[in-house]
Amino acid sequence: MDDLYRDVIVEHYKNPGYKGILDPHDISFEDENPLCGDHLRIDLRVDENNKVKEAAFSGHGCAISQASADLLLESIIGKSIDEVKKYTKNDVLELLGIELGPVRLKCALLSLKILKAGVYGLGEASDDLVEEE
Amino acid sequence: MSTDLNPTFSFESIRDEFPILKREVHAGIQLTYLDSAATSQKPIHVIEAMDHYYRNTNANIHRGVHALAEEATFSYEQAREKVAKFIGANKSKEVIFTRNTTESINLLAYTLGRSYLKQGDLIILTEMEHHSNLVPWQMLAHELNLRLEFIKVTDDGLLDLDSYDHLLKQNPKLVSFTQMSNVLGTINPAQEIIKKAKEYGAVTIVDGAQSVPHIPVNVRQLGADFVAFSAHKMLGPLGIGVLWGREELLEKLPPFLGGGDMIKKVYLRSFTSNDLPHKFEAGTPAIAEAIGFGAAIDYLSSIGMDRIAMHEQNLIKYAIDELQKIDGLHILGPDASLRGGVASFVLDGIHPHDVAQILDGDGIAVRAGHHCAMPLHDRYHIPASTRASFYLYNTINDIDVLVKSLKRVAKIFG
Repeated sequence: MDDLYRDVIVEHYKNPGYKGILDPHDISFEDENPLCGDHLRIDLRVDENNKVKEAAFSGHGCAISQASADLLLESIIGKSIDEVKKYTKNDVLELLGIELGPVRLKCALLSLKILKAGVYGLGEASDDLVEEE
Repeated sequence: MSTDLNPTFSFESIRDEFPILKREVHAGIQLTYLDSAATSQKPIHVIEAMDHYYRNTNANIHRGVHALAEEATFSYEQAREKVAKFIGANKSKEVIFTRNTTESINLLAYTLGRSYLKQGDLIILTEMEHHSNLVPWQMLAHELNLRLEFIKVTDDGLLDLDSYDHLLKQNPKLVSFTQMSNVLGTINPAQEIIKKAKEYGAVTIVDGAQSVPHIPVNVRQLGADFVAFSAHKMLGPLGIGVLWGREELLEKLPPFLGGGDMIKKVYLRSFTSNDLPHKFEAGTPAIAEAIGFGAAIDYLSSIGMDRIAMHEQNLIKYAIDELQKIDGLHILGPDASLRGGVASFVLDGIHPHDVAQILDGDGIAVRAGHHCAMPLHDRYHIPASTRASFYLYNTINDIDVLVKSLKRVAKIFG
């Protein structure tokens, strides 16, 4: 069970590289996990080629949700928005390198849900966003 | 309270009567169940009573004349009598079976909203309510333009009775509050709150979801008009709860759900309501669950609620003493002497979900989140907390296991 708290996760939770707010930004979206009250906002800046130049997340949440946000943002830097749109659940789980039960999966995927709602320019984030490209 | 006790009785020995407490939750790791405020575990007596019903008696009640229907009806109504006796009700017809505390309170919101409450009326609640004693009133307030005001909660997790006195001067029509907080563990001075409400002519509702399972509650001594509670938090099955109300008030209320059993006569365009308690029990009820509930009450009574409350008081005193020794751990709520067996806490810099997850690795079941009391967590400026809650089957050893595991949490995040 402690596998969940692999060093990489605790490290990204305690010392996140992408925590903050980008103002101004090109894309921003925020939402929460009503189950636990975790709240997350993601801001992106994109360059002229529509590639992610800078990314930041803010809000509060558990180690799993915060570390997954940090790892996710780290992985999309330099990627095009079209590539980001193709991210799914499996990409995040691969980044985290752990297996999660249904409850904690929601924590881990909150950042992806918000990121995809942001890049697709949607009004609200739906759970389907993490399943499909 | 029946206290015909076996001289060899001990809280340690009753653990054998709860089969689930023997299971391993992970390979080689035994369950330490500290989540009874969410739902309690069930003694073998309850499981067997329901099993017996389905194997031998299963039939629909109140209508059939065959042997099974008569036996089922008898057992169902006997369970109602057990509940009535347990809470000191005058008559068993004052005991309405519902699905749970939430449905009991919704029943009241619906029926009081259609008969008693009018536009502009004031309802007093508290800042420490579970969502089930908050949202139904918000819904009704929205529909009827009622006013909601809240008795404040102090930093120590007690109700600020000065703020109550102030609100009473605005002549509330209804005062509805929890007798014991599911987060803070605070046992509120219910008799005093009710007495004051009566002076202003307000109807009083007590959310007894946490109190009835854990401390002796006598509805007549309490003086309330209505008390709601759930079986599953007091060793009984899921899916059945109680609304107790004063007969004369229940008589005045309109029915809640319409359908079978709640009627006397039905015509194409009208009906007449059945007598209490059936007026509020539309449709086939949870018969096996009522019987299981009756068995749970027999079990609790055989031990004695005074003794159970004392056992939990010992546990919470020890728990608070030990938890306070952990660096960076902050306990919500009042001194142990003012609360039941509930301890919610936060650990500096560690999210409650992470705490609960690591405790689970050691087989410990606690609850993490806002425990259906978001406004109360807002009051303390925290998004969530971790809650350990105790019942008669918990021991000092369970608390030692908890404390040891919490020290491990601190180490992982240290």
